[in-house]
Amino acid sequence: MGTFTIAGKTFASRLIVGTGKYSSPAVMVRAHDASGADMITVAVRRVNLDRTKESLLDYIDTSKYFLLPNTAGCYSADEAIRTARLGREVGLSNWVKLEVIGDERTLFPDNEALIEATKVLVREGFVVLPYTNDDPIACRKLEDAGAAAVMPLGAPIGSGLGIQNANNIRIIREFSRVPVIVDAGVGTASDASLAMELGADGVLMNTAIAGAQDPVAMAEAMKLAVRAGRLAFSAGRIPRKAYANASSPIEGLVGR
Amino acid sequence: MQIRLNGDPYQVAGPLTVADLLAQLEIDARRVAVEHNLVVLKRDAFDRAAIADGDEIEIVNFVGGG
Repeated sequence: MGTFTIAGKTFASRLIVGTGKYSSPAVMVRAHDASGADMITVAVRRVNLDRTKESLLDYIDTSKYFLLPNTAGCYSADEAIRTARLGREVGLSNWVKLEVIGDERTLFPDNEALIEATKVLVREGFVVLPYTNDDPIACRKLEDAGAAAVMPLGAPIGSGLGIQNANNIRIIREFSRVPVIVDAGVGTASDASLAMELGADGVLMNTAIAGAQDPVAMAEAMKLAVRAGRLAFSAGRIPRKAYANASSPIEGLVGR
Repeated sequence: MQIRLNGDPYQVAGPLTVADLLAQLEIDARRVAVEHNLVVLKRDAFDRAAIADGDEIEIVNFVGGG
């Protein structure tokens, strides 16, 4: 129940965290530690040619964390494929969090281009984890295209709105033969718990932790929330009923 | 000669390889990936990849992201 496996690789934590938007590298390092995550996402960008800035990798213990490069900011299958290939050479891992964005304001995925890019990258030997809409049919098509997991959004990236369509996440879990990771939209711990209670295999988040007033405390909250949600899912919740069902015995009441 | 480095014109004295260029820029080759005229290079090819006038070079690394 504790670990989960994607493409044959087992992770101790079901929480995947990002490396963006932290106020300082030191805060990020402490938040990562508090999160208990063992997979973290990174972006692929042109190097800073003046070399005055330190490298992100100066702050990440790659013996402890598995790096998942993303294709954030890519608006076509070609751009995403190019970025994935570059990310593979930086990190020497063939895993990619595949993003093909369809709209600047919402950052919603372009499903058609996403499926196309997934097919190409799978053929090239990548382990593809696509960031997708909370659409069970899109998720099924991605799985058919060879995705190693599907990562439906809970809400728009960075919005903190929580899971907008819980029923779709539940259906996606029911349909999928690959792991389902709720990616994006988490605002606070209960959102992460809900994702796990719906049956998600994992949750991926960045802004909810990095943007919190105390990112280290929020990282720990998320660690606990993911565990609690998974435990509750595994434990099997009681059915919902419209009316009360007393917990204390009716017999032996005083004065009756 | 003039090349295009990360989208901008860049003057560099040739002949040189991608490995030479990274050394001149003081970039640790183990932390970057290089695309040479739209072809992504394997790291062990850096010291064989000769750069010619007009070539397009992209050098990328990992930055913070979600």
